Amino acid sequence: MNFFAVRAIYMFELARSRRTLLQSIAAPVISTSLYFIVFGSAIGGRMTTIDGVSYGAFIVPGLIMLTLLTESVSNASFGIYLPRFTGTIYELLSAPVSVFEVLLGYVGAAATKSIILGVIILGTARIFVPFDIVHPVWTGIFLVLISVTFSLFGFILGVWADGFEKLQVVPLMILSPLTFLGGTFYSIDMLPPPWRTIVLFNPVVYLVNGFRWAFYGIADVTVAVSLGLTAIFMIVCLGVIAWIFKTGYRLRG
Amino acid sequence: MDPIVVVSNLDKIYASGHHALKSINLEIRRGEIFALLGPNGAGKTTLIGVICGLVRPTAGSVTADGSDIASDYRAARAKIGLVPQELATDMFSKVWDTVSFSRGLFGKAPNPAHIERILRELSLWDKKDSQIVALSGGMKRRVLIAKALAHEPRILFLDEPTAGVDVELRRDMWAMVRRLREQGVTIILTTHYIEEAEEMADRIGVINKGEIVVVEEKQALMRKLGQTTVTIGLKQPLRTSPSDFGERPMTLSEDGLTLSFTFTGEGGEEDGGVADLVKRLAAKGVDFKTINMNRSSLEDIFVDLVGERS
Ligand SMILES: Nc1ncnc2c1ncn2[C@@H]1O[C@H](COP(=O)(O)OP(=O)(O)OP(=O)(O)O)[C@@H](O)[C@H]1O
Ligand SMILES: [Mg+2]
Repeated sequence: MNFFAVRAIYMFELARSRRTLLQSIAAPVISTSLYFIVFGSAIGGRMTTIDGVSYGAFIVPGLIMLTLLTESVSNASFGIYLPRFTGTIYELLSAPVSVFEVLLGYVGAAATKSIILGVIILGTARIFVPFDIVHPVWTGIFLVLISVTFSLFGFILGVWADGFEKLQVVPLMILSPLTFLGGTFYSIDMLPPPWRTIVLFNPVVYLVNGFRWAFYGIADVTVAVSLGLTAIFMIVCLGVIAWIFKTGYRLRG
Repeated sequence: MDPIVVVSNLDKIYASGHHALKSINLEIRRGEIFALLGPNGAGKTTLIGVICGLVRPTAGSVTADGSDIASDYRAARAKIGLVPQELATDMFSKVWDTVSFSRGLFGKAPNPAHIERILRELSLWDKKDSQIVALSGGMKRRVLIAKALAHEPRILFLDEPTAGVDVELRRDMWAMVRRLREQGVTIILTTHYIEEAEEMADRIGVINKGEIVVVEEKQALMRKLGQTTVTIGLKQPLRTSPSDFGERPMTLSEDGLTLSFTFTGEGGEEDGGVADLVKRLAAKGVDFKTINMNRSSLEDIFVDLVGERS
């Protein structure tokens, strides 16, 4: 195990976001705060509770999920895309490191950032709306599991992308809509019947609901399905990454 | 001699179908400075890329200090340092950080004293806290060299280290290469400045269109393939045929005042019969004013070798 390499990559990646601290942390915190002000306080005040949870509190897990997904994907994809773009990837490719060590460094750093952000947003939310977390341990498990899984996905995206636009397209055009439509702002029961079924094809529904269950003990779907889906997605990502390194896809000429 | 890098039947066909390396066999000796010469597109960077792990070979194998670069890549790569041809740097890092990063990446425990030594040797010490983006091109190249040396490699690849570099840096760089060799580091470099190879290298390999054309000890190469041209300036125009002075093919200029011939070899002891010729000239009463012997440079040899094949 090349411990020094893992540490070097990990610290380098964290240092990269320290340089852009304002964008990395302030931007998501500000946008989430706006959601709480608009949806939580302004509109939420006129909404009834959902399963005994105030509307402001109801949207907290979904909004954190939105940040976790988009930040994990963009951080991890950018982390590996940048050296490909500038050419500094030569050093990584010529270094005595295994796939596992590379992942531990890049994905570990990206997931760390997401987890820190998730916790910060959780704290911010607490300022706007009062809530209590029913299953704190499960909340932590979901936080870590989802950050790691989507950082793995971001890593794949960063290896696949051949331009900056592609890096942005996936979080912006796919993840954000899926999360918005994935029950962040509503319970599936509030939808008219055909939509209630259609929405179940959106994988983010299961993530948001699993996370919400950890918070309040309520969910539209079974928590086991949420965990199972996340685990399957993680295994698929790991498989793709193993294949990338085996074939050298877009990394080695 | 004990080889440190062994390349066996190496083939590389790029996805584009381009056959960049054709069954390359090459042994680099421990502790030598090996210059790899070849025209643009010959396959130098590709060959270095395969050895360092950047390019996947199509066939064949490579060992570095006894470790296979594929099956035992950890041991192999830990011993290799690479200064790439392209200036690829992490713009926003500081010099000290990026060099320390390299050391860690190659699995070595931090050693600030070593990093300081490298930075001082490369005249980068006063820039250690500068962002790389603020450095000049030559300084960036120094940073790349510092990064390659950070993990104390035993084999150093320099892919055109002196391209676009001023005289002073070039001199510094060669001084450093010599110092490294004294420490037992094996150095493989590519260059388009042939006088550089002539000055620095112990052995020279010429690659053209993906094939190794020749690998030779520098002196032997010059001896074997170098040509010496002898030009004799006569006082009076010569009227008789030059064949009167021996069997060797000689040419006489139109005005009959210059006699010249060429022989293979470096000159020196084997003088191609110059002394003999001079005696014959004297015996026939031919007076001369000048004798010039012109040894061909490595560059001429190189042009000959590569020209023949293209
Ligand atoms: N990734 C690639 N895909 C396809 N062809 C490539 C690739 N990289 C290099 N080549 C081709 O392989 C050949 C050898 O290239 P290489 O870079 O090894 O040459 P070189 O000897 O280093 O040349 P130079 O002196 O210009 O640096 C060239 O014809 C080049 O176009
Ligand atoms: Mg090259």
